[in-house]
Amino acid sequence: MSVEQNTLEREKQQGEWTPKIVGFCCNWCSYAGADLAGTSRFQYPSNLRIIRVPCSGRVNPHMVIRAFQKGADGVLVAGCHPGDCHYATGNYYARRRMLVFKRLLEYVGIEPERFQARWISGSEGQKFAENAIKLSEEIKALGPNRKLRDVR
Amino acid sequence: MKRIGVFVCHCGSNIAAVVDVKKVAEEAKSMLGVVYSTDYQYMCSEPGQDVIIKAVKEHNLNRVVVAACSPRLHEPTFRKTLENAGLNPYYVEMANLREHCSWVHPNDKEGATLKSIDLVRKAVAKVNKTVALFPGEIPVEKRCLVIGGGIAGMQTAIDVADMGYEVIILEREATIGGKMAILDKTFPTMDCSACICTPKMVDAAQHPNIKLYTLSELESVGGYVGNFEVTIRKKARYVDMVKCTGCGICEAKCPKKVESEFDYGMGKRPCIYKPFPQAVPNKPMIDPENCRKLKENKCGVCAKVCPTDAVNFEDKDELVTERFGAIVMATGYELYDWKKDFGEYGYGKYPDVIDGLQFERLVNASGPTMGKIKRPSDGEIPQDIVIIKCVGSRSTEKGKTYCSKICCMYTAKHATQILEKNPNANVYIFYMDVRTPGKMYDEFYMRAKEGYGATYLRGQVSKIYQEGKKLIVKAEDTLVGKPVEVKADMVILATAAAAVKDSSEIAQTVGFSYDKDGFFTEAHPKLRPIETNTAGVFLAGTCQGPKDIPETVSQATAAAAKVGALFSKDKMATSPMISYVDEGLCSGCGLCIPVCPYKAIELITIKERVHGGEVERQVANVNAGLCQGCGPCTVACRSGAINLRGFTNQQILAEVDAACQ
Ligand SMILES: Cc1cc2nc3c(=O)[nH]c(=O)nc-3n(C[C@H](O)[C@H](O)[C@H](O)COP(=O)(O)OP(=O)(O)OC[C@H]3O[C@@H](n4cnc5c(N)ncnc54)[C@H](O)[C@@H]3O)c2cc1C
Ligand code: SF4
Ligand code: SF4
Repeated sequence: MSVEQNTLEREKQQGEWTPKIVGFCCNWCSYAGADLAGTSRFQYPSNLRIIRVPCSGRVNPHMVIRAFQKGADGVLVAGCHPGDCHYATGNYYARRRMLVFKRLLEYVGIEPERFQARWISGSEGQKFAENAIKLSEEIKALGPNRKLRDVR
Repeated sequence: MKRIGVFVCHCGSNIAAVVDVKKVAEEAKSMLGVVYSTDYQYMCSEPGQDVIIKAVKEHNLNRVVVAACSPRLHEPTFRKTLENAGLNPYYVEMANLREHCSWVHPNDKEGATLKSIDLVRKAVAKVNKTVALFPGEIPVEKRCLVIGGGIAGMQTAIDVADMGYEVIILEREATIGGKMAILDKTFPTMDCSACICTPKMVDAAQHPNIKLYTLSELESVGGYVGNFEVTIRKKARYVDMVKCTGCGICEAKCPKKVESEFDYGMGKRPCIYKPFPQAVPNKPMIDPENCRKLKENKCGVCAKVCPTDAVNFEDKDELVTERFGAIVMATGYELYDWKKDFGEYGYGKYPDVIDGLQFERLVNASGPTMGKIKRPSDGEIPQDIVIIKCVGSRSTEKGKTYCSKICCMYTAKHATQILEKNPNANVYIFYMDVRTPGKMYDEFYMRAKEGYGATYLRGQVSKIYQEGKKLIVKAEDTLVGKPVEVKADMVILATAAAAVKDSSEIAQTVGFSYDKDGFFTEAHPKLRPIETNTAGVFLAGTCQGPKDIPETVSQATAAAAKVGALFSKDKMATSPMISYVDEGLCSGCGLCIPVCPYKAIELITIKERVHGGEVERQVANVNAGLCQGCGPCTVACRSGAINLRGFTNQQILAEVDAACQ
């Protein structure tokens, strides 16, 4: 497919196609931030499915890979700001792991936008909603993810 | 067989106005394991909970999904509901249809309904993998260890002891009392520090529930909240505390005098000594570094003159191990060592440039000069005195970045004391700012300035040097923009209040965090200022950051309240949502150990039968008292041997699969 065709194809898809995004959110900050987005009625697209984990440090890269395998077009890992981890250091581990892991994903050909790690506190409802909007737009622009996907 | 019931909540119109709840309940019926599903106006209400309880009975349900609001809100509610229905409370999962769906997608009803179905599917997938969990129980040893016997430690100890619990104060010096025993008068009331501190020392020592371990140090801490196992080194004192009557003959006869630590170099003491006359316990010790008998096997006069034969040169350190339920840190502060950084003030080579605590000794009636302010170099009464504030505080270049908080007040105090004793003296105070929030504090400062006539000059001192008998102090008065020079007889530096030099070591030994300056870190700067991030370890006083005495005492009492709450029950319930190790999978590599912020994992040796023979090998073991259920360990483990209850790998992967369907 030529580049032009490719773009056309995408534009056509964008009408109906919405990406599937999985978000791993730590219970103490980002999940609470998402709750606050709700209580404050900040709107964002309905394509994000949040999985609650105790700490961003609980997220195993295996779980992220599994999401891509099962058809996710984007994955978000969100935790407390560095220094604010409810468990002191969990998010530092998450940060390091996710940085290394992101490089691996890029190596196998997944666009960096598809996998994002973000620090969102329990008081940042607005930031949560903004991130969800941005993430959705960026992934929409990329189109469906074909890499790593289980052959079905 | 899993028999799952799904209960979809309308939340009035909060959910139902956006999400087609009937459709969600209908779709749920086809999900794996679901045998019943329904919707209801308010699931969390009592009738709503009854709907669940009835359905559990009627349909023989053994797992429940409540599709309603955030689990951060009502998970505890529905856990109780399940308990009332006779099920394990952890058999419930929630789908967050309100905060994460209807409220954020009000204009996308179709999308919100589809998302709700996915969220329910996700919860159903997770609950399919959920097993029963049972909270643990750990016994609580109702004894409290207080480390540090300053005003903070004494106050905590007395308060905890008054609640009826046994307390041990571990103090590394020969006496309790801390800095407060050194001070002369205390702002803002100017009552004599000894008059309010020494009675506290005696109260602590005589309290039937308090034991003092002076001249003692912490060796190691094991265990966890409710069950700490602490080893303490009681250092050799060379004086038998039972035989000694504290008569003081030995002190008078000891021929060798050295600089007194208590007087901060302003006075001398013998080698067998009490730090100060009101020391508690009021019995002497021998300084092994300077004693001629211990060093060179000469002298031994004290042993000869002691009427009760209490001197024992053969005394040895003793190690004791005891159990405690709680530990309170009250190790205090010390003054920042300005001599190494402040060349412009002479690196300490001018004897008449002293710090605040040295001045406290000079002005103290029981101090080396009997309270006469005489300058150290020649004993003359200083007439022109300069006080410099913020020496090593609030600086990004040298010393500390923070404000030491107490110096503005104690420099005003020192000025008042000087001018009270010698109304003709001239006191010049160089300052960056004057910060005096607190009850009667600003009034105190204004009195020093307007009432006593201390001269406040805004500006930093750039240089001090000696010229004859005078110290030349050069500075710029930034209010008038002109250089000033003062010919002073004595200079007092209000140096930063810093963390104790080895504070980080003791924090590591006990196992909690400290900040870049060595002050101990509270669990939450606003809401949990007394706790550390290690359960059962609390903070009191200046070890957490600079404070004056009233603040120190308040925090000390607060720490005692925390200890009291912990000791009010015989057993502590522990969360079952913690890590556990599958010993069959664990290779004993230990990779999980360093990632645990709570030091909850250790290697243990297990015995196994292999080919008929018995072999030993090491596996990881999670301490239920320490584990907080965060889970980074599970990711560190390469073999997936360590898993987190309530958030198992299997549960999360099932959610991922369901979310991506
Ligand atoms: C010059 C000056 C003047 C002051 N004047 C006033 C005033 O007028 N009014 C006022 O309110 N405040 C004043 N302060 C502040 C006051 O000194 C403190 O608020 C108070 O002493 C803090 O008490 P603390 O118990 O936290 O610490 P400390 O008094 O430092 O006590 C800590 C204790 O812990 C012991 N310790 C340390 N490490 C260990 C260890 N590893 N193991 C065992 N024991 C250990 C120490 O030996 C010490 O006994 C002044 C401070 C200074 C510097
Ligand atoms: S879950 Fe957290 S506290 Fe528990 S063992 Fe693992 S890392 Fe340590
Ligand atoms: S990382 Fe896994 S295999 Fe290694 S010791 Fe810990 S639990 Fe055992």
